[in-house]
Amino acid sequence: MSAVIPVRVRRPLLSRVFTSSHRDLAILWLLLALAAVILGTLLSLAMRIHRVWPMLPFPFYGVPTPEQYLAGVTMHGTLMIFFVLTVVPQAAFPNLVLPAQIGASRMAFPRLNAAAFWIGFASFLALIAAFFVPQGAPIGGWTAYPPFSEIAAAGPGQGAGMDLWLVSILLFCAASLAAAFNFLVTILARRAQGMTLGRMPLTVWSWLVSSALTVIAFSALLAAAFMLLADRHFGTGFFLPAGEVVNGIRQRDPAAPGSPMLWLHLFWFFGHPEVYISILPGMGLASSLIANFTRRPVPGYRFMVTATTLIGFLGLGVWGHHIFVSGMNPYAGTAFGLTTIAIAVPSSAEVLTWLAMLFRGRIRLTTPMLFTLGFISFFIAGGLTGPVLAQPALDAYLHNTFFVVAHFHLVMAMAGVFSVFAGIYYWYPLLTGRRMNEVLGNLHFWISLIAAYGTFFPMHFAGLAGEPRHYAQLSGPVESFASLIPVEKGITFSALLLAAAQLIFLFNVFRSARHGIAAGENPWRATTLEWSPNAHPIIESGPYVYGPGVASQDDFRPQWAFAENRNGSPGECSPPLKQE
Amino acid sequence: MNWLPPNGALHGLAIDHLLRWNLTVLFWLFVAAQALLVAALVRRWVSRGEGHAVQHRSGAAFFFADLLPLAAITALYIWMMFASHKLWAASRESVESPQAVQVEVTGEQFEWYFRYPGADGVFGATRADLINAPQGNPLGLDPADAHAADDIVSAILVLPAGRPVDVTLRSIDVIHGFAIPGMRLKQDAIPGMTGHLQFTPAVPGEYPILCTQVCGLGHARMQARLRVVAPADYERWIAARESALRAEAAR
Repeated sequence: MSAVIPVRVRRPLLSRVFTSSHRDLAILWLLLALAAVILGTLLSLAMRIHRVWPMLPFPFYGVPTPEQYLAGVTMHGTLMIFFVLTVVPQAAFPNLVLPAQIGASRMAFPRLNAAAFWIGFASFLALIAAFFVPQGAPIGGWTAYPPFSEIAAAGPGQGAGMDLWLVSILLFCAASLAAAFNFLVTILARRAQGMTLGRMPLTVWSWLVSSALTVIAFSALLAAAFMLLADRHFGTGFFLPAGEVVNGIRQRDPAAPGSPMLWLHLFWFFGHPEVYISILPGMGLASSLIANFTRRPVPGYRFMVTATTLIGFLGLGVWGHHIFVSGMNPYAGTAFGLTTIAIAVPSSAEVLTWLAMLFRGRIRLTTPMLFTLGFISFFIAGGLTGPVLAQPALDAYLHNTFFVVAHFHLVMAMAGVFSVFAGIYYWYPLLTGRRMNEVLGNLHFWISLIAAYGTFFPMHFAGLAGEPRHYAQLSGPVESFASLIPVEKGITFSALLLAAAQLIFLFNVFRSARHGIAAGENPWRATTLEWSPNAHPIIESGPYVYGPGVASQDDFRPQWAFAENRNGSPGECSPPLKQE
Repeated sequence: MNWLPPNGALHGLAIDHLLRWNLTVLFWLFVAAQALLVAALVRRWVSRGEGHAVQHRSGAAFFFADLLPLAAITALYIWMMFASHKLWAASRESVESPQAVQVEVTGEQFEWYFRYPGADGVFGATRADLINAPQGNPLGLDPADAHAADDIVSAILVLPAGRPVDVTLRSIDVIHGFAIPGMRLKQDAIPGMTGHLQFTPAVPGEYPILCTQVCGLGHARMQARLRVVAPADYERWIAARESALRAEAAR
């Protein structure tokens, strides 16, 4: 092994924690997401087990009550959507590589960027604290529809727990806005000379669009969360209608009665772009990785940039499809159905481009490439039910059933998480100088792929059978979904397997940091600037340029210029990967 | 598709048909796309020899690989939207029928209440401060209003087969989701607002009514029953409830 592991200066731990260095912040964000994903996964496993064995007591805990189940649903959703699927693609990864990919030595606002992490960390603590207050965490789901989220008497967890949830959301909004402003300005103002917009990697284009979406969407959520907090404590009535009676007790009539519909619109005006905030970076990464591992340029680079921008733009106009059944004007249902179908077109365009790319060169099946294929697989599986749910007539049957649960867990959660894995396997050498173990990576991929399909695909059938979300028990006083128990058990076993497979990943992450094979400076022979050996590169070309000659030195045409050798084999690059 | 519960509504057949062909087409698209992914893997395993320099794709290749399938998929999406819009318009944009049975559905934690206007055909006024479930007035019917006296409040929804139904949807506390899977029907009951929903039950039988919007710790228990009966049986049931009401008033 000729490659050398760069000598790392050991810095004191405190200076790596209280830092404004974007790489260190990336690690902090990743650790925060790791804590959140572990907790969120454990909650989901507890819910899965409770659904199929409702009488089974948990060790040192007992049998969960319905409100504890619902608190689990709320916290699972909040942790996963905000602290995993937003934090990793939209905070950790850009901190890790965004400045390098545009040839910048640092972020535009390093201290604002660092503040974003600490606000995000405070947000996480506030959320976790909700478990420990009297009556526990809120039970209204991550969408927190008022008046249920507005009136403390409406249920356990809707008092102090709900307040903490709102504080957590407010802080998270502030953190996301700070981070997104920093990324936007960094992309627009700190690109190195030669890094024109048309030469930016598609990951950077994704971050440009998703950061713009973050600024718009999280502003709406920030306002909504503050209004709800004001309703609860300062006597306003944005979301509170007159004549509320909860538990037989007459509630206050606000001076100017409001409507829960306002929250539905504000929340989903945030909620839908949020999906794209968390998935667009993964889409950009998929394009980059397929190009790199097939050594072929992205066909229609401008086409992909247009599709990404169009998805971001249209993503702001589809929120109404979450509330087709709210009784809003039926013409609005038609309009939101049309915009939703419209957004399926650029999404399909990206998928078709990826599929076409796979047949153009020889795929080098590294672990990051495998996870990219998994990402595409889930993106298709979950994406194809999108046009079904976009039809108000069909949504009126499928809304809030497990069909929807299957849809968003495939297209957002699994696709999102698989692209996160692709990113971690791919960029791991940047942090450690070593590569993660490929055998363990393959094992992790195949078990996760099969278990994830085993978990989420059968949920379509439960949903078609009419089984609603948020049910602590499968059998109620009138309707019983007991006939679905075999399916439900299969889902639970798959979920347990899926979670267990992640132990392989964790083991690989920590073991490879010490014992992984040395990666050299550019193990994937990538052409984008985060792999550039010099800090101030001269940018000469677009991100996905490869010379002729597959898997040879000749195809390596990085974005940075070589000082010593323009035409021959570059000295900085590792030898080509062996085809296993 | 046998997963769906039996359909009992007039509009349900068309919905089921639409859902069936949607899922069939999309399932095969799913299979085709996954097959392409597998083919890409297999191709890589099969061709172990040194690859040749592939020409960068021309405009024509891009057209056939990307734009043509994209156009086909877009046409499919548009077709889906048109087919589905007809059903949506028929169910939500129609004018209510004068023969429709009037029912008011009210959600409250964790019960559904069904109110019929009685012989006068008019729902009596309700007042929030009169709501008192333990004393038998869960909806807050106002005794000062003459129209309220003959209102029938029921915990079970009984409807005649073959007649359109006009549902007025209300909630007195939090958002509830009024859903009858067997009637292919779902709409939220939002406090402070009055929703409307029309459908025609066609097949006599019993259908569970669920709550599909998380509303509190009893959410999963918030269920009721829809009983669709022959029109004559419906008239008999209404008459029995009316005479019971009169007997109670006389006491």
